[in-house]
Amino acid sequence: MSEFKRTPLYEKHLSLKAKMVPFGGWEMPVQYPEGIIAEHHHTRRVASLFDTCHMGEFRIKGPNAAEVLDKIFPRAVASQKPGIARYNFLLSDRGTVLDDLLIYRMDEDELFLVVNAGTKDTDAERIKSLLPENISFEDKSDSIGKLDLQGPKSADILEKLGISKNKLPAFYHWNRTEIKGIPVLLSRTGYTGELGFEFYVDADRVAELWDILISFDDVKPAGLGARDTLRLEIGMALYGNELDDKTTPIEAGLGPMIRIEKRKADFIAKDILTDPSHVKKVLTPIALEGRKAARHGDTVMNSVEEEIGTVTSGMFSPLMKKAIALAYIDADKKLDPGSRILIKGRRKNLPGEVVDLPFYKEGTLRIKLT
Amino acid sequence: MKKYTKEHEWVSIEDSVATLGITAYAAKELGDITFVELPEEDDDATQGEVLTVVESVKAATDVFSPVNGTVTEVNEELEDNPQLVNSSPEEDGWICRVGGVDKTEIDDLMTEEEYKSYLNSL
Repeated sequence: MSEFKRTPLYEKHLSLKAKMVPFGGWEMPVQYPEGIIAEHHHTRRVASLFDTCHMGEFRIKGPNAAEVLDKIFPRAVASQKPGIARYNFLLSDRGTVLDDLLIYRMDEDELFLVVNAGTKDTDAERIKSLLPENISFEDKSDSIGKLDLQGPKSADILEKLGISKNKLPAFYHWNRTEIKGIPVLLSRTGYTGELGFEFYVDADRVAELWDILISFDDVKPAGLGARDTLRLEIGMALYGNELDDKTTPIEAGLGPMIRIEKRKADFIAKDILTDPSHVKKVLTPIALEGRKAARHGDTVMNSVEEEIGTVTSGMFSPLMKKAIALAYIDADKKLDPGSRILIKGRRKNLPGEVVDLPFYKEGTLRIKLT
Repeated sequence: MKKYTKEHEWVSIEDSVATLGITAYAAKELGDITFVELPEEDDDATQGEVLTVVESVKAATDVFSPVNGTVTEVNEELEDNPQLVNSSPEEDGWICRVGGVDKTEIDDLMTEEEYKSYLNSL
């Protein structure tokens, strides 16, 4: 008996000869035989299918539920109309990030939250402790299956399945549809920087939907390895790397996205997040000169070789053909784009410079379909 | 004579010059190789010590020298095309040559057959 949980697609991955690894308590495909770089390119150029059934889903329902969540989460929920999804954060009382998540406004008084697998249970405890008695909380993770179809051809695939482009949700919107008789909550969201969709279906039917989508010649499976290289290339945060319970969303550079300056409601730790003096470190994108990657935990130095920060994620970028990294740099030593840095190496230091996000700027995620 | 280490390096010695790299098994396990930190000519190679580093998308892995000697040549092809280690790990994807090697140093390493049964035991 495996100590790790398996998604309903476990057998599919084995028959596709995926390499399986533990992730957030689950046994997940990290790559298929073509490898991470081929999967990465296929997602950028065509379309890839990801098993994301490991992620957690919660349903929150009750009178004025959106207003209640508006006082819990830093990004506005009350102003979020049904049909819209927003990226948001579950915070500790100190304003640090316990998880990053998507919140879907389903209805006037119903919301749907999608959280990371590894933090699902602690998220549930935290959220339940913050909800009043008349708001119900349901962990739907076991009964919901989730797939991500990502890549510039993903809308064409859906069109071939009978959903015309004018019926597809706009960027960060969702709607309900049916694919070959399978009811689907279809959301135009993702974690790759490309045009893409996330599908929420009954867990009992997710294997059927996987078979339908993978049957297209253009669609290939992609694993967690490509998911990580794709997200880093566009500078999206990964919980546990850029975000954790020692970091606020403001330090992670997400203040403008939250529109923290415009937030009227009081939410958890608002006094901390709106006080600029809490910012001790600044998330900084770095492009290295060579192919050798900086790795999580490596030390960043400035041009006079002062140690000023730590790498949170680093890899060789398949599209840019050089190594890229995200690092936290001490707020009082922060550097502007163009500044030279060094990553402290075991043998020699790796030279690079501070750049702007995203690293890869050609992503199709916001493309207009009609 | 080609020999194999438990750390998945291969080495073959001809006239006191050893050519070495990582095995097909190691290359497959690492996945897409994105960078090979080549040693420099005239670097000392010391048996059992880190000679170079091979990086894949997910991780960096040390390559240990199976012999004592001096680096005489590195495979410069790998600078721009490290994926040669994936496509041809034990031929075109060789990493470096080490000169001044005593053949008997690799007597204790595994033969191809022994390495195969070692892999089966993993």
